[in-house]
Amino acid sequence: MSQSIEITPQLVAEHGLKPDEYERILKLIGRAPSITELGIFSAMWNEHCSYKSSRLHLRKLPTKAPWVIQGPGENAGVIDIGDGQACVFKMESHNHPSFIEPYQGAATGVGGILRDVFTMGARPIACLNLLRFGSPDHPKTRHLVSGVVAGIGGYGNSFGVPTVGGSVNFHTRYDGNILVNAMAVGLAKTDEIFYAKATGIGRPIVYLGSKTGRDGIHGATMASASFEADAEEKRPTVQVGDPFSEKLLLEACLEIMAKGCVIAIQDMGAAGLTSSAVEMGAKGGLGIELDLDHVPCREEGMSAYEMMLSESQERMLMVLDPSKEKEAEAIFVKWGLDFAVIGKTTDTKRFVIKHKGKIEADLPIMELGDEAPLYDRPWVPTPKKPMIEGASVKPPKSNADALVHLIGTPDLCSKRWVWEQYDHLILGNSVQQPGGDAGVVRIGDGPKGLAMTTDVSQRYCEADPVEGGKQAVAEAWRNLTATGALPLALTDNLNFGNPEKPEYMGQLVGCLEGIGDAARALDFPIVSGNVSLYNETQGRGILPTPSIGGVGVIADVTQSASVAFKKAGQQIILIGETKGWLGQSVYLRDVCGREEGAPPPVDLVAERRNGDFVRALITARRVDSVHDLSDGGLAVAVAEMAMAGKIGAKITCDLGAQPHAILFGEDQARYLLSAGADEASKILADAKAKGVPAAIIGTTGDETLELPGEMPVAIATLNSAHEGWLPAYMAGQA
Amino acid sequence: MKAVVVLFPGSNREGDAVRALEMATGKKPQIVWHAETELPAGTDLVLLPGGFSYGDYLRCGAIAGRAAIMDAVRAHAARGGLVLGICNGFQILCEGGLLPGVLMRNKDLRFICKMQHLRVERADTVFTRAYSKNQIIKVAIAHGEGNYEADEETIKRLEGDGRVAFRYCDAQGVVGGFANPNGSTNDIAGIYSDKRNVLGMMPHPENLIDPLVGGIDGAGLFKSLVAA
Repeated sequence: MSQSIEITPQLVAEHGLKPDEYERILKLIGRAPSITELGIFSAMWNEHCSYKSSRLHLRKLPTKAPWVIQGPGENAGVIDIGDGQACVFKMESHNHPSFIEPYQGAATGVGGILRDVFTMGARPIACLNLLRFGSPDHPKTRHLVSGVVAGIGGYGNSFGVPTVGGSVNFHTRYDGNILVNAMAVGLAKTDEIFYAKATGIGRPIVYLGSKTGRDGIHGATMASASFEADAEEKRPTVQVGDPFSEKLLLEACLEIMAKGCVIAIQDMGAAGLTSSAVEMGAKGGLGIELDLDHVPCREEGMSAYEMMLSESQERMLMVLDPSKEKEAEAIFVKWGLDFAVIGKTTDTKRFVIKHKGKIEADLPIMELGDEAPLYDRPWVPTPKKPMIEGASVKPPKSNADALVHLIGTPDLCSKRWVWEQYDHLILGNSVQQPGGDAGVVRIGDGPKGLAMTTDVSQRYCEADPVEGGKQAVAEAWRNLTATGALPLALTDNLNFGNPEKPEYMGQLVGCLEGIGDAARALDFPIVSGNVSLYNETQGRGILPTPSIGGVGVIADVTQSASVAFKKAGQQIILIGETKGWLGQSVYLRDVCGREEGAPPPVDLVAERRNGDFVRALITARRVDSVHDLSDGGLAVAVAEMAMAGKIGAKITCDLGAQPHAILFGEDQARYLLSAGADEASKILADAKAKGVPAAIIGTTGDETLELPGEMPVAIATLNSAHEGWLPAYMAGQA
Repeated sequence: MKAVVVLFPGSNREGDAVRALEMATGKKPQIVWHAETELPAGTDLVLLPGGFSYGDYLRCGAIAGRAAIMDAVRAHAARGGLVLGICNGFQILCEGGLLPGVLMRNKDLRFICKMQHLRVERADTVFTRAYSKNQIIKVAIAHGEGNYEADEETIKRLEGDGRVAFRYCDAQGVVGGFANPNGSTNDIAGIYSDKRNVLGMMPHPENLIDPLVGGIDGAGLFKSLVAA
């Protein structure tokens, strides 16, 4: 063993390992580790790779269903969508790098998640994202928005996959720690899915893709630490993306997979060569021996330590069928990519690293993963907040004015400025583009399609993690349903604060409980995910943000519904019960300046019943437009439908004693529909028979939106409020 | 009509182009690899698709414009053969010396993807005969470098010779101002070669061939070619 550097307690701490974790290492290998070995442990045992704080609780999530082909634990989740087709998808965070270097951080986040998907043999067909920025008033926010959006576009546009959906919110609790969660969705054949599990002894381990450089060393360790004032100094640990190489890597990988050359494949993401090699070996119960002399390097003089921990992008590790090695090599040469045999599988179950004739590491491979620390971190439940009565919330002078204000706020305004920088039209299958309830992408020439969405209401999660977790899942399910899709499965990206603080750990535990409850009740299992903890700056955590990425299938995309009103003179039908829940509403926050109260409770039985009812109406083509109700409630939903369709509406129903609570309350399990008068009365009768609350609340028509007892507002006025804020803000004028 | 689509490393709208050509011609066009030195025998139309050839890390289209296959494409054009460059393909035609001018960064320095109206400047070319003169069509744009620039003399010649194929406009056909998404000189969205057998354009007609996905205003261009 090469032992050139003495392992001091300080060095151990710099590797993000706690003293007791180091003791565990000593016990496991019976000696002091080499510096390379210490690096390997640090990479494998950090939060990002080992899930040491969350594993215990993640186990409680439902991950199985008859249509689930692969749940969590592989590069991405896989579901069966019929006709021999599989949908492969996952969401992953790149929060810390994006804060330090927004363009490259976000770009490599997209690159990483695309790689996760095509590693499994799937061709990516769509991307989505979920972004959370600090307060618009914070001096860094504009710069971060600009860089992150350009980075996401820069990578996805060049790679050539449409970005069809996303979510962008602002809150001061993200001032020093933004969230960049990227999701990719791909398509494969159910019988041609590729996995990381290595099989066979003495088989070549092949390195593919870009060369290894010194970028991103210890990226995963950085992702598992909280930010202090030194965030800026961490810029060198951010990787640099090369979408061009990734596009070549995609084409080359899919080509050699189709030729049957690949036995196992793993992308080099977080913790690079270390994590990919260990996973391949450990999953197959084999040993792995690497000779780093053969690793293609970008710079000279790289040490074993640096090569094992580099997070250079656009790289893959494969175990090849030895009889097809030459064929595979020819394909990679054609695409101009590096191809090198850097090691072999062994029967020793040891992870052996050689460099310049010396053994730099010799570790038990199973234990690197299996024996990673597992913590049952102490946690405290979040205290319940009081329910806020509608009567105790000040009504606005004018509901119409409040509506115009709300649709122009940072959270509810149009995000056109963002998604017009993403190519959302490439591949020619984007049936529903950004701006609606969910992206809808046709599969090939159809008629089948997929709906996809990303959602979370972090203010609900902060106020009540369990209800907030439920709501995030329910809203994703509802957004898919509103397009006519049958929701099938979800990926989660759990962004939380420091798990060593019982308060934040309690948020994680609570949200996971809610996510699990909702996923079970809605038959909406979790098939992949990512955990990002330590999202805090100078001691204060972000709002708990368990992002949910949902995917559903539509048998015939020509039947999919959209939010836009299509015709004048139609009835507007409200599905679901409206009590006027203002606690944690956008109205309460952005009109009254109060971030208070309990969030709306989620009745999962009502969610399922109401959603199934709406989906059946869409499939039978009985409704012309559909929108789910969420932030801003009924009034905001009507305004969005009117703006999208350029057709107005008149709300004529009785709003009771607290009209503002009915208009802006955020009660769950609700949808708005529009249909002709005859159809509307039939829908009401059917709803009654099925126990679904339904009521006609108004009609479509004219070029204004009229709320009861108020002056009509021109759609043009709504539009300019809705479209105005973000471009003005980014231009420094708001 | 025998059409081929050239594939450069980093091309990414070749599938969209193939689909549009297949819809118009009834058969799948052949894909030609950039490293080839000859076009398939009997090629009528060469389509250079959209994308980020070689990553566009140098000037957009600069490396692809010098790829092995481009000599064959230049010879094909010189013989009067048809060449259509869309988006990155337009940039490649400019860099490869088949069309004059250059595509600069968009005026607001951002990539932009949206539906955009165009005015068809003339309907008597092989590329536009299925349209009518001054027809307003809706197609997609998706580019970061679509701001067409050329020296004054060249612009004058293009205008004088009727070589502007499409101009950016609004839904009513009004040209200029906010209707110009990228700052192009004279709102130019596409230009012809002097014999009008080469067309380069930034917008994507190949993405507007389907009523379910935005509309069918782009189909006319491919229909025009089939009639050739």
